[in-house]
Amino acid sequence: MNSANSVGIVTPQHAVFEEPLHLASGETLPSFTLVYETYGRLNQAKSNAILICHALSGHHHAAGYHHEDETKPGWWDSCIGPGKPIDTNRFFVVSLNNLGGCHGSTGPRSINPSTSKLWGPDFPQVQVSDWVSSQARLADHLGISTWAAVIGGSLGGMQAMQWSIQYPDRLKYCLVIASAMDLSAQNIAFNEIARQAILSDTHFHEGRYLEHDTNPSQGLALARMVGHVTYLSDDAMASKFGRDLRRGSFDKSVTEQVEFQVESYLRYQGSQFSTSFDANTYILMTKALDYFDLACDFEGDSVEAFKQAKAKFLVVSFSTDWRFSPRRSREITDALIAAGRSVSYAEIEAKEGHDAFLMPIPRYLDVLSAYLSRVAEECA
Amino acid sequence: MRLDLTQIQKWIPKAARVLDLGCGDGEFLATLRHERQVSGLGLEIDANNITLALQKGIDVIEQDMDRGLDNFPSQSFDVVVMAHALQVLHYPDKVLEEMLRIGAEGIVTFPNFAHWRCRLHLGTRGRMPVSKFLPHSWYDTPNIHFCTVKDFEALCKQRGFRIQKRALVSEGSLTRALSKVWPNLFATTAIFKISR
Repeated sequence: MNSANSVGIVTPQHAVFEEPLHLASGETLPSFTLVYETYGRLNQAKSNAILICHALSGHHHAAGYHHEDETKPGWWDSCIGPGKPIDTNRFFVVSLNNLGGCHGSTGPRSINPSTSKLWGPDFPQVQVSDWVSSQARLADHLGISTWAAVIGGSLGGMQAMQWSIQYPDRLKYCLVIASAMDLSAQNIAFNEIARQAILSDTHFHEGRYLEHDTNPSQGLALARMVGHVTYLSDDAMASKFGRDLRRGSFDKSVTEQVEFQVESYLRYQGSQFSTSFDANTYILMTKALDYFDLACDFEGDSVEAFKQAKAKFLVVSFSTDWRFSPRRSREITDALIAAGRSVSYAEIEAKEGHDAFLMPIPRYLDVLSAYLSRVAEECA
Repeated sequence: MRLDLTQIQKWIPKAARVLDLGCGDGEFLATLRHERQVSGLGLEIDANNITLALQKGIDVIEQDMDRGLDNFPSQSFDVVVMAHALQVLHYPDKVLEEMLRIGAEGIVTFPNFAHWRCRLHLGTRGRMPVSKFLPHSWYDTPNIHFCTVKDFEALCKQRGFRIQKRALVSEGSLTRALSKVWPNLFATTAIFKISR
């Protein structure tokens, strides 16, 4: 554990909601649990709370450490902590694991109360709007009527935007990072490849792998590998791996099979992921991504959608991000401009591709700090 | 604040919606917000300036106006300001057209290239003018489209822009007086308020 500028040791908490949640699909979740963490202190007026919405494979553990001997902090520790852009000296930060997740919130690995069996593949397909509804319940639970800001990157940015039109009065600021108002066909295509990798694994058993005491590890690993490539840029991969070999040689006298560094890296990432993530959750989360369409209730008109919003917006993109390209962020910005909303937009020069939104890139942190100091002045 | 900005401020109605093209560090919009209660939005391409503007609580969009402004709806602002940016644009005439599509009025300021010092410099030395105000050499200057007060007025006439107001700024009381008589010779900075 590195305690410099860290929120330190954090303990996940659970909130249980007994009131049924009516989902966008028409189904109803009779009750549910959300696991979450908080950093910093809620002020007396309860006006300094920030909600962090996680991306595809994220969870509630966004900052700090669970144990003294943990070496890796939460997934957004570069941004959340004392003196960091999301400054826990000023803000009360809430980060949760979304419904359908596999890190402690109700999801495919939970028991279906009506059958007393694992939900598995029968867990209802939740959508971004359902996540936002459940997050609003969590806000109620914590006594927070209005967030100072809702912040998210990628799929998290979709939740932040959805907040602004679903509960316009419940957030002052909305920070949308490396996101889009809907996925492109190319983007859906990558998700479908990932899903097919899982579905075609013989250990998948139509989603009932836990009952079969097995795991579609190969499929999950493949899904992660293809996803991971799309989160990196060509330049980032070139500088990280180039054509370096991990084993073997192109020398004719060497018989050992050639293995590129990038192959080994991807396999490692894939296998790590397959032991820590649930296949049904991966399918559910990628579908939530695919189904999201900010303007679907507004006849496809995103300007009309954003006219519902009252929050002020910051939109951020990264130059080499091709999965959620700057063009997609400019579409968000332009819709907000046309809707007459308060909006700022920054396009960060970064070589890391989509992954840049998780990286401590100096200009990115500067932009977030500058904008959030305004949020703090108004709210904290 | 720069002289031209002090002048522009007087021309901006209270509580106006102002778009500032090339807003720099946001100081001008911050002043306008304080003095005139405007709601402002800036356009800027310099990373440091964008951060400085955000720190002041100014909304700023990272966008190169040479690549078009068609993402701004027609008549969505009361005033569109462009201070000392005309001469760095690739398509100054197109940006002026866009300013008057987006805003009811446009305010433009630019360095007057027909100022007597420029003329003297070019006339006697035969070299492109370099001064405190225009410190770049010809090969590394961002200023690629210099014009004079007369040039600008000719463009306005050709494109049908109405000149609502004109102010000519110069330093020192003598040149200020002279610039009232011979603006194209004695004004260092020209400020125009234009409309359709």
